[in-house]
Amino acid sequence: MENYLIAMVTFAGIYGIMALGLNVIWGMAGMVNLGLVGFFAFGAYTTTLLTKDFGVPIGLGIAAAFVTTAIAGVVVALVTGRMRGDYLAIVTLGFSETVRITASNEIWLTNGTDGISGIPGPWRGEVSPETFNLIYLGIVAGFVLVVFLIMQRVRYAPLGRVLRGIRDDDQVVAVAGKNVIAIKAKAFALGAGVLGMAGAIYAHYTSYIAPDGFVPLITIYIVLSLTAGGTGSNLGAIVGAFLVVFFMESTRFLTAVVPGLEAVQQAALREFLIGASLIVILHLRPTGLFPERITRHEAPEPPASGAALKERSQP
Amino acid sequence: MLRIDDLHRNFYGVLALNGVNLAVRPSTITGLIGPNGAGKTTVFNCVSGMIPPHQGRITFAGQDITAWPPHRITLSGLVRTFQIARGFPRLSVLENLMLYGNHQPGEGMIAAILRPASVARREEELRARARDVARRLNLTRVLNEPAANLSGGQKKLLEIGRALMTDPELILLDEPIAGVNPALGQEIAEHLRALRDDGLTFLIIEHHMDVIARLCDPVIVMAEGRHLAEGTFAEVAANHDVQEAYMGRRKWAS
Repeated sequence: MENYLIAMVTFAGIYGIMALGLNVIWGMAGMVNLGLVGFFAFGAYTTTLLTKDFGVPIGLGIAAAFVTTAIAGVVVALVTGRMRGDYLAIVTLGFSETVRITASNEIWLTNGTDGISGIPGPWRGEVSPETFNLIYLGIVAGFVLVVFLIMQRVRYAPLGRVLRGIRDDDQVVAVAGKNVIAIKAKAFALGAGVLGMAGAIYAHYTSYIAPDGFVPLITIYIVLSLTAGGTGSNLGAIVGAFLVVFFMESTRFLTAVVPGLEAVQQAALREFLIGASLIVILHLRPTGLFPERITRHEAPEPPASGAALKERSQP
Repeated sequence: MLRIDDLHRNFYGVLALNGVNLAVRPSTITGLIGPNGAGKTTVFNCVSGMIPPHQGRITFAGQDITAWPPHRITLSGLVRTFQIARGFPRLSVLENLMLYGNHQPGEGMIAAILRPASVARREEELRARARDVARRLNLTRVLNEPAANLSGGQKKLLEIGRALMTDPELILLDEPIAGVNPALGQEIAEHLRALRDDGLTFLIIEHHMDVIARLCDPVIVMAEGRHLAEGTFAEVAANHDVQEAYMGRRKWAS
């Protein structure tokens, strides 16, 4: 049971990193991205091929996953530069399916639908599986913290301001003298890079990846996490991810104790409970558990000197 | 300072602009009037780079800015406002203003994360400037409010304030007074006059003729995608073509 809990918290952390990545693209800049699992897969395959076939160290593999996925993100941003809303949703969904189908068919590279096993993990094999899980939980927690802090910096920097401006009206941002496509590319680069990094972290944890693991349902889970936690809020992204994993796992036990249900019915009831709980949350808190707050500045009337005015940022 | 030569633009065959020629002299408040559908807003959209013209040339401060992207035009000192107050409803008024500041190192990714001193310095400058603009336009009390919470008149003032943040030489104002109560309309007109006296130039689309009469000199009249007349308000109001464009032709006149 302990191992199970540790594994679930680790997965929740990986989901949290993904939700943070999505938050830059969708939460802050308002660009719908239904292709995030594609970036996740891209990062996972990148580090797998590098570390397994070329013996690159794991840390370097994760960094390479960040960089290559960020580049993929820039390409997607430039291709979709003028799209928004539904059109962007369709194209990004297409991107993730393209990644998955490519991984299924380019057998020479990805071993097709059989997937790749034996991906190295830090100290895997040298320590007991229990210790490995604990070490990895610590690594994931570190990544969550670092990504969270970086995203908070971005959110409260001029970059975050202009991203939120694009969310409201990108034409007005252009009139404000900003190169909108370049800023969208930055958001996609950072968000996609983080998603790819999450994929790499996932691959080194599970030691096995296959196209089956990168279905659009994962995208939906992350979108739900961010929505429940609070779109635009970094804290909300993490809390939402933990909440979604908690719902998914706890309903497993809940449905098991309901008498007189067959396995299929149990599974259906689980889905029903997950959906119902999210509806309850969003009904009670339409903007999520930790809604984004407006940035306030102290002292509406500045002191004569104009100095010593510090922005008080809120998480 | 702004020159438009032979500007053409059609929308799916409908001629919106049919060879517009006009010029704006420095330190004037030039009015741009005309009946609905005359092409006034299309002129603004072409000049500000939001839609490319099909033919013609736009020159600003000696540079040919035809079909430049909008951000480049704004950085060159020509900024526009919007008819229906647009902007960033979920950003505070202060953020709305600061976003319009140019040369922001903190919009770079590395700088946003590492925050070198240059970022903080520029933020401090922009914050001070935004406070000045807000004070000038009586928006100080609402600086921390989301822009969505402002009244219609305050939104119009914020439109002007955002434009001022770009350090412009010429501002194109699309109906800055429409839909505002007369007292506030008067106040906005006063602000514009004061800014003109500080050396700014304005080109204004507006339908309130009394405001145009008091504020604008010269006044340019457009009709059916063309420049129809130009002069002081009294001159264009007395112009026969202008009267016909607004009122229609007199059927039984000789």
